[in-house]
Amino acid sequence: MNVNGNSATHEVPDNTLLVTFLRETLGLTGTHVGCDTSQCGACIVHLNGESVKSCSLFAAQADGATITTIEGIADGDTLHPMQQAFHENHGLQCGFCTPGMVMSAIELVTKNKNLTERDIREGLEGNICRCTGYHNIVKSIQAAAEKMS
Amino acid sequence: MYSTKYVKATNVNKAASIIADAEDGKFLAGGMTLIPTLKQRLASPDLIIDLSDCKLTGIEDEGASIRIGAMSRHIDVAESVLVQNAIPAIANLASQIGDRQVRNRGTIGGSLANNDPAACYPSALLGLGGTIHTQNRSILAEDFLTGMFETDLEEDEIIIGISFPKPDKAAYVKFPNPASRYAMVGVFVAKFSDGVRVAVTGAGEDGVFRASNIEAALDESFKANSIIDGLVSADNLMSDIHASAEYRAHLIGEMTRRAVIACG
Repeated sequence: MNVNGNSATHEVPDNTLLVTFLRETLGLTGTHVGCDTSQCGACIVHLNGESVKSCSLFAAQADGATITTIEGIADGDTLHPMQQAFHENHGLQCGFCTPGMVMSAIELVTKNKNLTERDIREGLEGNICRCTGYHNIVKSIQAAAEKMS
Repeated sequence: MYSTKYVKATNVNKAASIIADAEDGKFLAGGMTLIPTLKQRLASPDLIIDLSDCKLTGIEDEGASIRIGAMSRHIDVAESVLVQNAIPAIANLASQIGDRQVRNRGTIGGSLANNDPAACYPSALLGLGGTIHTQNRSILAEDFLTGMFETDLEEDEIIIGISFPKPDKAAYVKFPNPASRYAMVGVFVAKFSDGVRVAVTGAGEDGVFRASNIEAALDESFKANSIIDGLVSADNLMSDIHASAEYRAHLIGEMTRRAVIACG
């Protein structure tokens, strides 16, 4: 598969989850594992441009696919507009859920124009944050949506 | 997760012959139930057969019905202009399943084959009186849905598509569990020229079921106020930490009223 623009070819046990492959085989530990029940969304990455939970996918299912993780969205030292917006709007506290939030939000903003606050809150159904109460995350996404449009 | 083998089948017949040779094989569609189940060690198949290359996608208009390929994902159904025009209730139902990431992977065939008692799709299948097509035969909704997590599918039988008759009007309304987004109660109401069908998910002890007394009341008068208090009994409804049987009975009435109003 292609991960963040680089070709990645490895042999792994059949039951290797994509998140395990990213973290343990490729060392891309920005993608987090926050639960064991596929609910938290900390592990969200893009598979062929769509957001997926990398904990609920075998690495083998992504054979030949293009994967983008949190490590692959900045342009050198310039943060992605979504990352910058989370930074500026204090869209995180402990930061554990942030990689998943950012990857989920990028797809939400890319696929939908003129998002309302309600759209954003509903769009974050698959992401759980236990620190922020979501308010600043929503503000961050609103700010990024303006810059990305 | 227990150790297992993974293979990708390139067509349905190959997938069926591969599973016949496995001791305890499982078909993998979108994996949104199967993989979390494997992670919890609640299942230990020796072989996983991925159906994603079996070319089971595509949505077609068949005139009096629409046919949805089994590997169509929830996002595909929700965003399909054909479905939105022919049976908007199905597109709306698909847009409410799980979260965006689940909708990007989960499939209609996988959902129906699993027949989770709180899943949304079984109510559309039963509410519309749809037909399941496998590589071997066609199965009517009533014959297919045999109980909680149970269907009429044989071990090597694969859903290839589902036909849904077009109703005059239909709507699906659910009361989602705030944590899981599964239906605590979901009601699919479909009005056909020969009568009203009402299917309830999330509430029945044996999975999705038709609410015949609600159907009779709506046959008489297709109005929200036909659903009077006491019409829905709590008998045979699930009672768990999320809701008592009595509360579910109440929700069935309320979700039905909302669905009838949504029918316009």
